[in-house]
Amino acid sequence: MGALRRFKVWRGDKAGGQLEDFKVEVNEGEVVLDILHRLQATQTPDLAVRWNCKAGKCGSCSMEVNGMPRLGCMTRMSTFAEDETVTVTPLRTFPVIRDLVTDVSFNYEKARDMPAFAPPSGVAPGEYRMQQVDVERSQEFRKCIECFLCQTTCHVVRDHDENKKAFAGPRYFIRAAELDMHPLDAKTDRKDFAHEQQGLGYCNITKCCTEVCPEHIKITDNAIIPMKERVVDNRYDPLVWLGRKIFRRDQLPAQAPAPHPVVAPRQPPPPRVGTHHIPLGVIWHKPQPDGLEAEVGPDGKMPLTEVTFDRAGAASPFGDNVTFPLPPDSLNYQHPKSDD
Amino acid sequence: MTENIERHRYDVVVIGAGGAGLRAAIEARLAGKRTAIISKSLFGKAHTVMAEGGAAAAMGNVNPNDNWMVHFRDTMRGGKFLNNYRMAELHAKEAPDRIWELETYGALFDRTKDGKISQRNFGGHEYPRLAHVGDRTGLELIRTLQQKIVSLQQEDRAESGSYEARLRVFAECTITELLVDGGKIAGAFGYHRESGKLVLFETPAVILATGGVGKSYKVTSNSWEYTGDGHALALRAGASLINMEFLQFHPTGMVWPPSVRGILVTESVRGDGGVLKNTEGKRFMFDYVPDVFRTQYAETEDEADRWYTDPDNNKRPPELLPRDEVARAINAEVKAGRGTESGGVFLDIASRRPAEFILKRLPSMYHQFKELADVDITTQPMEIGPTCHYVMGGVEVDADSAATTRVSGLFAAGEVSGGMHGSNRLGGNSLSDLLVFGKRAGEYAAGYVDGLGASRPKVSKANVDAAAETVLGPLERTGGENPYELWHELQTVMQDLVGIIRRKHELEESLKRLADLRERIANVGATGGRLYNPGWHLALDLRNMLIVSECTARAALQREESRGGHTREDFPAMNPTWRKINLVCALEGDDVKLAAQPVPSMPPRLLALFDRSEMAKYLTVEELAELDSVVAGNNVVAERAVN
Repeated sequence: MGALRRFKVWRGDKAGGQLEDFKVEVNEGEVVLDILHRLQATQTPDLAVRWNCKAGKCGSCSMEVNGMPRLGCMTRMSTFAEDETVTVTPLRTFPVIRDLVTDVSFNYEKARDMPAFAPPSGVAPGEYRMQQVDVERSQEFRKCIECFLCQTTCHVVRDHDENKKAFAGPRYFIRAAELDMHPLDAKTDRKDFAHEQQGLGYCNITKCCTEVCPEHIKITDNAIIPMKERVVDNRYDPLVWLGRKIFRRDQLPAQAPAPHPVVAPRQPPPPRVGTHHIPLGVIWHKPQPDGLEAEVGPDGKMPLTEVTFDRAGAASPFGDNVTFPLPPDSLNYQHPKSDD
Repeated sequence: MTENIERHRYDVVVIGAGGAGLRAAIEARLAGKRTAIISKSLFGKAHTVMAEGGAAAAMGNVNPNDNWMVHFRDTMRGGKFLNNYRMAELHAKEAPDRIWELETYGALFDRTKDGKISQRNFGGHEYPRLAHVGDRTGLELIRTLQQKIVSLQQEDRAESGSYEARLRVFAECTITELLVDGGKIAGAFGYHRESGKLVLFETPAVILATGGVGKSYKVTSNSWEYTGDGHALALRAGASLINMEFLQFHPTGMVWPPSVRGILVTESVRGDGGVLKNTEGKRFMFDYVPDVFRTQYAETEDEADRWYTDPDNNKRPPELLPRDEVARAINAEVKAGRGTESGGVFLDIASRRPAEFILKRLPSMYHQFKELADVDITTQPMEIGPTCHYVMGGVEVDADSAATTRVSGLFAAGEVSGGMHGSNRLGGNSLSDLLVFGKRAGEYAAGYVDGLGASRPKVSKANVDAAAETVLGPLERTGGENPYELWHELQTVMQDLVGIIRRKHELEESLKRLADLRERIANVGATGGRLYNPGWHLALDLRNMLIVSECTARAALQREESRGGHTREDFPAMNPTWRKINLVCALEGDDVKLAAQPVPSMPPRLLALFDRSEMAKYLTVEELAELDSVVAGNNVVAERAVN
């Protein structure tokens, strides 16, 4: 018999819902999904949660644990303090169906927009010859288990439904990169497709997708950045490209259609009122996390270019000084409604 | 019924979206049929992703001596000659084409130095034969087939304007009943898991590709979907199941920590140098080489260790014996008190191979242990034991067409079908099995539909109403039993009484308890509404698990010998008389009835692939005499030809 631990689980459907409190037994060596199963078996038989393999291989049990997109089967209970309340909510970016189950059809629609592998003409089955070193690059992306954690964490579409139409998301950027790097794919316009049809330009390489990937695919470094660079190579004059690297955007002449801004203008962070309890069932909006101060140089200004910045991407949209998981006491959760 | 039931009309409905289902759907669609794929999970989440080792196909890329005949021979040996020889033959012959075809869909297998598909060693296979991608071959297979489906949908869209004109995936949808009209399939009835709405498919052809039954066991590598749906649907539609007593317990599943109990450790850990040790530190497999394998396996550790680098001049390490032998050996060690507290033994690769080697060869294995259990397999041994993994038994089908023998228009492919693997499946044969027979099922289902012309069987309203009533029953019942408790009890019965080692009195006891459970399951209730309600879903799956469990228990009680995936403590040896018999289950009313049926006998052209001395271990005296006369006859014919 293990110890009783506290859980908050979001329950509801598309009409709304709230976090519900549970006290549930936790044994050594268990993961969050085990605890949800125990809740089903002992307290809430109709608690909706998707799962399949419970081995981190199928990517079904995606959820947000203390605000961090995770696989339920890969989140060990030993990573939480014993007196910590664990808060489990559905993927925020997708419309909720019930409890922890969301409608992820967005992803399947984007998959369908992606032109399939084009077999090389004149090469019979069995005659394909490729070197291991050449297939390995694409194989990294084919490790993807389609858990869609990268899709839910990407701030281009998280809380920005309006961007979903034009933006395919990290999962499908790595699919484009995979086909682009496939030694025998007969199509040659994968990069153009990523740029023109998938909305690759919306991505401002904050690497959140890489951070949440349970397969540790280097989505940003190995797929998105190479695709962006090669798109730039192909599409722009090298001098213009250099100009973009060393001048601020407002110093550049007007460019061909730039993607519209992807991050909504930020409100000043609300004053911190210490840990406060928010009653269940109250409709509130997710407050902006604090700690959004920009990284500035000794001159008090932001670095002009990536060249002089200390990392490849932009600063974390959550603020570089925010660490995950967020303390559950200050975590307010209301799943976005589809008509929001 | 007051509810308006959603209706769809298709030429072919494929139930199950794993490897076999997707491959079947591709073939049916290529034959021009309007095809629906029904998946209990999301598209692409099938249990096939769990297959780690690879897909066996005699391409001969690594060892050119390999060919279909060697593969056939290994498959028959692995199945202890209880296999449907024709299925094993077709499988061995067609597997390479099915693998090569995947490359044209975009699959990226690991390569040999000369750029061909690399092949790895695996238990029971004479040559390196498994096409693989690291240790995530199943995922590659599913993703490839999934993307091929999408590409066919794109073609349909270019032609007709709609992605779903000829091929549609119904994700998160469960079929609860097949509707039959005068011995012919007329439709399939079920519900959408997300909305709880009922749905009816009118179709003359159904392909079952629902996988296995492992969720009836407590320790299993199988996912929640493996509730024996296809087996039970076939039974209730009037088809039969064969070989249900044969369940494969994978010898190496994780036993610690508890959250990952049952999860497989791929056999390639052993193929790449891992060895089994008991708590006394002894490498014990050398003590468990059965006589029939004595000549093929090393007798000393030195010879076994040389095999990894020089397989031509050394015999194989006994860790690579077929799975049932390894499972039995581990079981014996644990029973003799040389196992760990959690009932397992140690699988050690850390002390035998450098960390870089392990990381390169077994990346997802490493990853899985590290993430799930915080165990580093490059520095410490794994704690493993037998886990319920695969059911060899399944729907009885015709070898060539994958059609069931008693219901027209009903086909089965993959794990849900029976016969191909005999009493035990070789690792790697399941991925190739589902490609070979998935394709055949799709092809023959399309042909069957063509043959029907305009006269399609009709769905009767009474059948639909009855099916709807069954589905809604648990929700309407007040004070019904908790489905989770019933499930737990069923698992306890199967795990304790119909597990890896079986005894007569335990099997009899299990049948009594299953009969009790049957009454209680008929009274199962579910709280909550119809919207994505797992308690309700489980309540409906229970009756499938129950009936399939009963088939297994009955057949296990009847078969008084030990063979492959069926071990009777009271009958520990193989019995050549039993080799000639398949046990067949069918329903009479609501009761499972068991019948004995002869195993199809191999024609001389296939028999000639085996040594007489080998066959002597399996065949009865009369069969051997017959074999000798056939061989003598052949010699006479040959001599005449020479003269």
